Amino acid sequence: MAWTRDDMAARAAKELRDGFYVNLGIGIPTLVANMIPEGMTVTLQSENGMLGMGPFPFEGEEDADLINAGKQTITDLPQTSYFSSADSFGMIRGGHINLSILGGMEVAENGDLANWMVPGKMVKGMGGAMDLVAGVKRVVVVMDHCDRSGASKVKKACSLPLTGKGVVDLLITDLGVFEIDKQAGRAALIELARGVTLDEITAKTEASFSVALR
Amino acid sequence: MSHKVFKDAAAALEGLTFDGMTVMSGGFGLCGIPENLIRALRDSNARELTVIGNNVGCDHHGMWLVLANNQIKKVLASYVGENKILEQRFMSGEIEIEFNPQGTLAERIRAGGAGIPAFYTRTGYGTKVAEGKETRQFNGEWYVMETGLVADLSLVKAWKADAEGNLVYRKTARNFNPMIATAGKVTVVEVEEIVPVGSFDPDQIHTPGIFVDRIVVGAHFDKHIERRTTRPRTENA
Repeated sequence: MAWTRDDMAARAAKELRDGFYVNLGIGIPTLVANMIPEGMTVTLQSENGMLGMGPFPFEGEEDADLINAGKQTITDLPQTSYFSSADSFGMIRGGHINLSILGGMEVAENGDLANWMVPGKMVKGMGGAMDLVAGVKRVVVVMDHCDRSGASKVKKACSLPLTGKGVVDLLITDLGVFEIDKQAGRAALIELARGVTLDEITAKTEASFSVALR
Repeated sequence: MSHKVFKDAAAALEGLTFDGMTVMSGGFGLCGIPENLIRALRDSNARELTVIGNNVGCDHHGMWLVLANNQIKKVLASYVGENKILEQRFMSGEIEIEFNPQGTLAERIRAGGAGIPAFYTRTGYGTKVAEGKETRQFNGEWYVMETGLVADLSLVKAWKADAEGNLVYRKTARNFNPMIATAGKVTVVEVEEIVPVGSFDPDQIHTPGIFVDRIVVGAHFDKHIERRTTRPRTENA
């Protein structure tokens, strides 16, 4: 047993705080949008130029001029603002966004993140990921603990080209949660996923980490 | 009508295109792309183009048309997915792609248009993107120097213009368009509507007309949606 995609998103949602401006990446992070606790005000930023992202439109009300960074049709809200990509990344790079939740291919124990290219394969590009991890105050990565062959994606050092160096604050996998002290370059296991033992996660993790279960 | 308004997209690009030129084009995915001007660029048959934009269209849409017509030599973009021809030509080495972080690309264009030759950013420090670039420490943090970008021709999509070239964009179709409008030696804009001078509130103009050289009303807007996502009309909202 381990966490499902929804469980991982729900765990990521626990990082939300009232009044936060948040940018959500594509994939599991997108699910967090539906898990904002009742009564909490969280404003979602979409890096293509929108603050205050609303839900998907009703069928027949899609607007080609209104999409999110995943190119999905969305809606706006009474408090929405629109702006250019330069202003959008001013918010991101300038440290005005509180939290970024994004996916990963590899995370290292020192907080290095790789999530944009695999040498020898088609490179689609990093989009806004490098700016987000360099500029947002707190970076949470949500990813599977192991790849399809069973190899650990939680590494001593990333083998793939980096998206950011020493940028990850919290790593949520299907097996547990690691807090990363970027200054010291060390990871600590703080939670185990449902039904996962310390022995199992230790066996499946290449990175070294301390254990500080809460 | 002012001297800036042209009768169609082909006329708006007349005399502006040449082989080996650099073209910037607005849009995020297919949202806010100057699709009529892109078709005119394809019809111009200008070759060996360097194209700067967040994306290079996607299969059968947008800048893909120029790509499929073998006009592109080099691309500067942040994301080039959903584009099979580009994938093939990149893997075979026929096309060069310089990947830029999206915010760095936006700022390079903004800087270019504002006469700023270079700037420092934390984005990409310690990654491939920083290779070969100057790095420098400010207040204990490391930054990478990135250069400003300009183009021979900027293609922009706005919602409305007046004959002076003042522009208003609509929703997330704004994206890269305002910066690209400032960074072209010549800037050509396609709009959905030209409104009489004086009908915009001067406080609400997004791009002042000084940045705009030529304007055309687009003859046909596909406004293709890449990912149509909806929610059911079940709840009694």
